Amino acid sequence: MSPAEPHLEQRDTEAVPGRPGRRKGGRGGERSMVPEAEFTSYYGRPIVKPAPWEADIPAYLFAGGLAAGSSLIAAGADLTGRPALRRTGRLGALGALGVSMFALVHDLGKPSRFYNMLRTAKLTSPMSVGTWILSLYGPWAGLAAAAEGTRLLPESARRRAPVALLGRLDRPTGVLAAVFAPPVAAYTAVLLSDTATPSWHEAFRELPFVFVGSGAAAAAGLGLLAAPVHETGPVRRLAAGAAALELVMEHRMEQSMGLTAEPLHHGKVGRLMRAAKGLTAAGAVGAALGGRHRGLAAASGLALLAGSACTRFGIFEAGQASARDPKYTVVPQRERLEREGPVRYRE
Amino acid sequence: MTSLFNDNDLWGPLDPSADAGYGEDRPARKGFFTDTSICIGCKACEVACKEWNDVPADHFDMTATSYDNSHSLNANQWRHVAFVERPAGPAPVDLGMPGVAPTDAVSAGSTAGGAGSTAGGLLDNGADAAPDFRWLMSSDVCKHCTHAACLDVCPTGSLFRSEFGTVVVQDDICNGCGYCVPACPYGVISRREGPDGSRNVGIAQKCTLCYDRLDAGKTPACAQACPTQSIQFGDVEELRERADARVAQLHEAGVMDARLYGNDPDDGVGGAGAFFLLLDEPEVYGMPPDPVVTTKDLPQMFRRATTAAVVMFAGAALSFLGRRP
Repeated sequence: MSPAEPHLEQRDTEAVPGRPGRRKGGRGGERSMVPEAEFTSYYGRPIVKPAPWEADIPAYLFAGGLAAGSSLIAAGADLTGRPALRRTGRLGALGALGVSMFALVHDLGKPSRFYNMLRTAKLTSPMSVGTWILSLYGPWAGLAAAAEGTRLLPESARRRAPVALLGRLDRPTGVLAAVFAPPVAAYTAVLLSDTATPSWHEAFRELPFVFVGSGAAAAAGLGLLAAPVHETGPVRRLAAGAAALELVMEHRMEQSMGLTAEPLHHGKVGRLMRAAKGLTAAGAVGAALGGRHRGLAAASGLALLAGSACTRFGIFEAGQASARDPKYTVVPQRERLEREGPVRYRE
Repeated sequence: MTSLFNDNDLWGPLDPSADAGYGEDRPARKGFFTDTSICIGCKACEVACKEWNDVPADHFDMTATSYDNSHSLNANQWRHVAFVERPAGPAPVDLGMPGVAPTDAVSAGSTAGGAGSTAGGLLDNGADAAPDFRWLMSSDVCKHCTHAACLDVCPTGSLFRSEFGTVVVQDDICNGCGYCVPACPYGVISRREGPDGSRNVGIAQKCTLCYDRLDAGKTPACAQACPTQSIQFGDVEELRERADARVAQLHEAGVMDARLYGNDPDDGVGGAGAFFLLLDEPEVYGMPPDPVVTTKDLPQMFRRATTAAVVMFAGAALSFLGRRP
């Protein structure tokens, strides 16, 4: 990160020369949810650094969750005889996976070295574990989508050797993709939480549930949008359950995060999170009550997709904001010091 | 899940180079003890570091809040001298600045005033002449944590533990994923974004504790250049004893604000390889007051995510179990 970033310059003006750092928490013009916290800092400069990640990463969080949920729906549709829903799920998963891979490589500082991710496997690195989870999931999702594609070929072509093999692998690959899908949706929560970014780390207890709920809700939304209503019964149930899980766990997350929940309510992030909750709730209610109506189903599906995207961008940006303000690093540590004393290892 | 890791792998006291697999013939752990009570803010450390390590200069602007013109630790700033202007502290005392003749920083007794002491920004030419403020100066650097979050989360293995117990980026391995940047509880490491044409743009960069100089048995450039022995280099074990002695000496001299930061092997990062003597709260210098390595909570995160994945699978399965409409 360049030290001459604009936000640093802007923060400087907030500190009073000669009296470094001691300032009331909260930014000018914002309504504060909690009593103002007083703290000291080095002229208001950030302590931890925000991740050098841009829109690629929240886009990947959304697309990865959508891919995972779509593979689950596709397998369920395949096993219960819902061909259009199966097709939507498999092609949706492949498309979302493609977006994911592009975003992940594009975000690297040296994209030409993306393959260095595969030179080791490290349990302490959620990104390494995630790379291997994607490596286990991706091929099955790809093969299942390819098998889906063979159904579009004329009967004679489908009997030829490689195509015929793909056709026979149709169900097994789809089921394998579904087996490896949930970790794809869940690990991204650990990816964010295993950092010193205050609003990501403090969310670690509930964030995996928020993310799997968000992923399943988005995939259900895609199903509602693209599959005919006579096949989307299970998707409507999934939409309601996933949205409820996401909303309930998001609420609990905000309760358990303490001061670091504050960035979730401020400015652009606050608007994103409010939109996320509104869209997700509206999509779930619409799906449950009006999902048999084609237009309502499609609108609900769109709302669920948009809600999931807002959740991912909101939580991503909340973390970035929490890293840029030393308040969220200093005050929780000071509060812990007052409560429990310094963190010390004891056998 | 913890059972996948050895004892204290993620937290607690540990010899990091032994844990990384170096044998009995490994060298002693090396580190810095930065005694900020005798830092004069000359920035020789910053300059020496840039010169030796070919760290590009990318901006020449003051922060406009103090004499700080290097802003923060980052990919292009591996030593950073913080200048803090504070309201006047307690009455002036001689902090034992090294004299004209080289003296051991520890044995430089509180009464053996060498050159006129300006430590802590206080002039000792009479109390009435003392200004109503004081300067705190501190040369910050990578802490080379025992439990280094940057190293733990690096997905390529580019960040590694050297035989000296330090944490170093392998420039030819790093693919610039940027994960180490938010992982560091001190905000030390970052991705080099410029200036255009400089080496290693796009990858993570930070202090190596002059790995190449250590290999040749030399002192890191910053410690070599420090004119007041504020930056002391050596074996971490020995530096910890030196730091304890120094803080006791200052307390005896009445400087009760003196405290050590990062020296305790039981602390949130298992003890830092580079630790500090500070004259005020850590956050005044831009350091976190009580940092904890994020991977301490990793087993719990892993269990939570596993549960969530199972919930997702079960939820999807349940949705398809109902009757067909």
